[in-house]
Amino acid sequence: MVDLETLPEEPSESAAPEVDIVHAIETRKLNLWYGTFQAIFDVDLEVKHNLITSMIGPSGCGKSTFLRCCNRINERLGYVRTTGAVEILGHDIYAPEVELIQVRKQVGMVFQRPNPLPLSIRDNILFGARLHDPEAAKASRAAQDDIVEKALTRVLLWDTVKDRLGHSARELSLEEQQKLCIARLLPVQPKVLLMDEPCSALDPKGTEAVEELIWELREAYTILIVTHNMAQARRASDECIFMLHGKVVEHTKTAEMFVTPIHKETADYIEGRYG
Amino acid sequence: MFEATELNHRNQRTEKLWRLLFLMMTLLLILPVAVILTVLVVKGGPSLSIDFLFTEPTQGMTAGGILPALVGTVWLVVVALIASVPIGVAAALYLSEYAPDNWLTRIINLAIINLAGVPSIVHALFGVGAFVAFFRFGTSILAASLTLAVMTLPVVIVSTREALKAVPQAFREACWNMGATRWQTIRKVVLPNSVSGILTGVILEVSRTAGETAPIMFTGAAFFLPFLPQSVYDQTMALSLHLFVVSTQVPDVPEGLPFGVALVLIGLVLSMNAVSIGFRMVLRGKKKW
Repeated sequence: MVDLETLPEEPSESAAPEVDIVHAIETRKLNLWYGTFQAIFDVDLEVKHNLITSMIGPSGCGKSTFLRCCNRINERLGYVRTTGAVEILGHDIYAPEVELIQVRKQVGMVFQRPNPLPLSIRDNILFGARLHDPEAAKASRAAQDDIVEKALTRVLLWDTVKDRLGHSARELSLEEQQKLCIARLLPVQPKVLLMDEPCSALDPKGTEAVEELIWELREAYTILIVTHNMAQARRASDECIFMLHGKVVEHTKTAEMFVTPIHKETADYIEGRYG
Repeated sequence: MFEATELNHRNQRTEKLWRLLFLMMTLLLILPVAVILTVLVVKGGPSLSIDFLFTEPTQGMTAGGILPALVGTVWLVVVALIASVPIGVAAALYLSEYAPDNWLTRIINLAIINLAGVPSIVHALFGVGAFVAFFRFGTSILAASLTLAVMTLPVVIVSTREALKAVPQAFREACWNMGATRWQTIRKVVLPNSVSGILTGVILEVSRTAGETAPIMFTGAAFFLPFLPQSVYDQTMALSLHLFVVSTQVPDVPEGLPFGVALVLIGLVLSMNAVSIGFRMVLRGKKKW
C-alpha cells in the first residue's frame, strides 16, 4: 500500500520543463467504431501529467481500445473509425499534420505479453534509439553501451543482465522480458507510457517487481495502465478510471474510488458483483 | 467393475478396422513413388556414368550423354528464379505487410489462386504470345524462363506469405509501437526471421520448375542442339523435353537411355528438395520463440 497523503497534489508544479501542461492525455467526445460496432461512446477524460492512472472495468468495456487510441495504433486494423479529439500534452494527435512516428515516439506502449524482439538484449534497447536518431545508430560503441546501461539501470535490470547483453532477449524470464520492454522505450524519451495489463502474464513475484518499477517511474512519466486486477489498481495508481460499456463511469483519486465510490456500478464492480 | 463390456469390444473392433483402412491408404500412397524410383534406378542406373552427364548426345540422340540438356535446365531454372523471386517476394510482402483488407486485395488474392490453377500448356501459349512474339525475345532461354517465372509466381507468393505469417504479430506490434515504419519493421524484424521459410519455399519451387515441359516446349527449349547456350537469347535443350523426345520421338533409342535421363532429372529435383529440407532443419533449430 502506498501512502496517498504523501503524493504531490499538483505534480505540474514540480515537473520541470512543460509547466503549463496539466493533462498528459485529454480526450473530448471520443467515439470509436470497429466496423459497425461502437466500442467507445463520448469519452471525455483528462489524465494528469506525471501520475499513474489506472483503468479498470470488465472485459470488453473499451479500456484497451481507449489505450490504443492514445498512440493511434488502432488504425492498423483498417476498419476502425474514430471521432472526437485526443490531445497528448496539449496537441491533438488526430490533426492532419501529425506525424504518427512522432506520436509513437512520445507515447510508448507496453503489452500484456512481454514482446521483446528476437534480437539480443542490447539490440532491443537500442532498437528505438536507432530508429529515431540516426546519430545513435552511428554512435560509438561506448555511447551505445551508455544508452543501454542507463535504460537497464532505470528498470532495475542492469545487475541481472549486464554480463549477457549479447544473449537473446527471449531467453530472459517473463518478468525480465517485461522490464526490458519498458526499458527499450526509455532511450527515445517518451512522455507517456501506456500499459495494457502489463503484469497479467507474470507470476505474483514478477507482478510485484514490475509494479514496483512502474511506481518508480511515475516521477518522470505519465503512466496510463489498464488492469484487470483491482488490487493492483488500488495499490499502484494515483487516480483510477472505471469504464463500463464503452463509457467512463467514474474518474477519481484511487483512494477515494475504492473507499467511497460515487456510482452504484462502480461499487458493484469493485465488490466483485460482476466483471 | 472395470471389465470391458460387449459394447466396448465392438467399439474396439471397429477402431482397429478403421485404423487398418487408413494405414492401407497411406501405404497405397507411397507405392507409386516407390515403384517409380525402383524402376528408374534398376533400368536407368546402368546407363549412368560420368560420360553420360558430361558429353553431348550423338548418333541422333541414341547414344552419348545429356550435357546440353542438363546445363540448359540449370540455365532455365536460374533465369526463371531471377525473374520470379524478387517479384514474388515483393508482392507477398505487399499483400501480407501493407495491403488493407479491401475488395482490391481480395481480387488480387483471387487472381493469384486462379493463376496457380492455370494449366501449364496455357502458360506456354501465353509465353509464345507475350515473350516470344510481342517482346520479340524469340524462342530463347529468356522467353522460356519468363514463362516459367509467370507460372511459378503464385506459388512463390503463397509460400512467402506463409513464411511471413509465421513471424509472430507481437514482433510487428512491438516495432510499430516504437515508431518503426512498416519498411523498418520488415527489414529489421520480419525478413530476418522469415528468410529461412522464404528460401525453403523458393527451393521447392525450383524443383518444380526443373521438371516442367509444356511451358518451355514452344518458348525456348530445342529438340536437338548439341551446344551449350552462350546467353539468355540462345535456345537450349532441357532435361524434361529431352526425356520426352528420347522416349517418344526418336527411333532406335536403347531402352536404358530414357530411364537414365529420367533418373538424372528426378535426382536433380530430389537433391534440391533435400537441400531445402536441410535448410529448414538448420534454421528451425535457430528459432528463438
